[in-house]
Amino acid sequence: MSPKIRPLTITEKILARHAGVKEVTPGELINAEVDIALGNDVTAPIAIHEFKRIGAKKVFNRNKVVLVPDHFTPNKDIKSANQCKILHDFAKEQKLTHYYEGGEVGVEHALLPEKGVVVPGDLVIGADSHTCTYGGLGAFSTGVGSTDLAAAMITGRLWFKVPETMRFVFKGRLNKWVGGKDLILHVIGEIGVDGALYRAMEFTGPAIDNLGMDSRLAMCNMAIEAGAKSGIIAPDKITRAYVAGRAERPYKFYSSDEGAQYCETLEYDCLEIEPKVAMPHLPSNTKNISEVGKITIDQVVIGSCTNGRLEDLAVAARILKGKKTAKNCRLIIIPATPFIYAQAMKKGWFDIFLKAGAVISPPTCGPCLGGHMGVLAAGERAVATTNRNFIGRMGDVKSEVYLTNPAVAAATAVKGRIAHPDEVV
Amino acid sequence: MKLKGNAWKFGADVDTDRIIPARYLNTSDSAELAKHCMEDEDPAFAAKVRSGDIIAADKNFGCGSSREHAPIAIKAAGVSCVIAKSFARIFYRNAFNMGLPILESEDAPDSIATGDIVAVDTALGEITNVTKGLRFKARPIPPFMQGLVAAGGLLEFIKKTGVGLN
Repeated sequence: MSPKIRPLTITEKILARHAGVKEVTPGELINAEVDIALGNDVTAPIAIHEFKRIGAKKVFNRNKVVLVPDHFTPNKDIKSANQCKILHDFAKEQKLTHYYEGGEVGVEHALLPEKGVVVPGDLVIGADSHTCTYGGLGAFSTGVGSTDLAAAMITGRLWFKVPETMRFVFKGRLNKWVGGKDLILHVIGEIGVDGALYRAMEFTGPAIDNLGMDSRLAMCNMAIEAGAKSGIIAPDKITRAYVAGRAERPYKFYSSDEGAQYCETLEYDCLEIEPKVAMPHLPSNTKNISEVGKITIDQVVIGSCTNGRLEDLAVAARILKGKKTAKNCRLIIIPATPFIYAQAMKKGWFDIFLKAGAVISPPTCGPCLGGHMGVLAAGERAVATTNRNFIGRMGDVKSEVYLTNPAVAAATAVKGRIAHPDEVV
Repeated sequence: MKLKGNAWKFGADVDTDRIIPARYLNTSDSAELAKHCMEDEDPAFAAKVRSGDIIAADKNFGCGSSREHAPIAIKAAGVSCVIAKSFARIFYRNAFNMGLPILESEDAPDSIATGDIVAVDTALGEITNVTKGLRFKARPIPPFMQGLVAAGGLLEFIKKTGVGLN
């Protein structure tokens, strides 16, 4: 008889399966198979350079190496165009099946779940820190650097240190206008930007059971802002409904065993969580919206891999219907993928946005990292549904970014100052 | 590896946007990146830093983006080593993978001020503040990662072991 395996967390199970062993222990170094290796127009050029430098000829699997030029596209300048061309040429040379450009490209972490390229139970690495998003589907996914990506593109494997897991239990029901973004901002505000350093964050509890997929992806997306290696939510019927008709490959649902070991468990009563605002210049610098006071805003951005999905645009449309953006406040809306873009148009939201005075951008990371499509001047303040508000993140080093959910962002655009959605609807 | 240089001191949670702002990520040329290293933290840093200098910082150095441009910019600017109370995990991986020596120490950064002469022995994990005559022990580097450093980085390690090259 084989010895009894100790109870494992969902993260440990996925890692063990991909390392070809029965169990793994936090702290252990493993070499694991990778289901998807992802790069973008900022990180892949270095990976491709390293790939060639070491003399590699072929990627390990042309279906599993994914390139998404989304950061500075549509190409913002000549240098960016040259970076993107490196991806284009490599994808052609290697006959990659998952390469997107032009009208097919979207923000990578919205695009891959939507297209079923990433599925539950996967082990995904991406040379982009927000690769942790796919935990929302019940996959282990983590951000790495370009050299790691090169190694995975060549060998199909990568080394990992098995993380300890922190468990976050959300009880009760969500208040009105509160979404996954507020839950994760609340957590980061409590534990800090390195509160989950090197760890996996597992989100669970009755409030998570009822949370839609877009909110789940938004929560796991920001696990990195607490320093975590990954964020994960056990797949369930909501996951099943989401992946139905999308998944490109067979998938597997994992869940944590009873008695699995957590280095820490934190519990939250959702009734006590109101819409949050992360003040400059750290995502952990959070306040309740009721405590923010009067802060005038020059620009509102609704989009990104955190909050550029249909659920996000739906709430923005609900608030902006029949309203105008305040004078002196620019509103930029960035549907995260071509599908979301088309849906928003079909549902009549584009009319609402345009009548409100918004600019509708093609899918891109754009202003989130101060790339293009809405960069800030010195002294300007933005409310953004994005994930980082570091110094200079969206433009000039003397600009400021306040992070919120899409409802607060839309209400802010109408009022021209940080506003509670109830003030507008 | 034995290193010795002039120290530059930074605070906690220095993010990768401060190490190399995203507006310069439309290139991966290391010399170009080096010109803008730490620009939003100290615009004159790239002009002041000398080859062999050492960065000392508080906790969570390199948090934020996965951009390997961050350790590349630091290394290309001439910095020989980064000492911090802790590193964000992707930065930590990247540094080992591309061959920038880094050391974690809870106590050493507090003792180091900009302008101090600091000596580091990466093999022994020893940090010495030469100016102040203080010695500290860094957190040990796991043997596997020492192997990465010895091989000259992750890809050289893979090439040497021959795993998966096709």
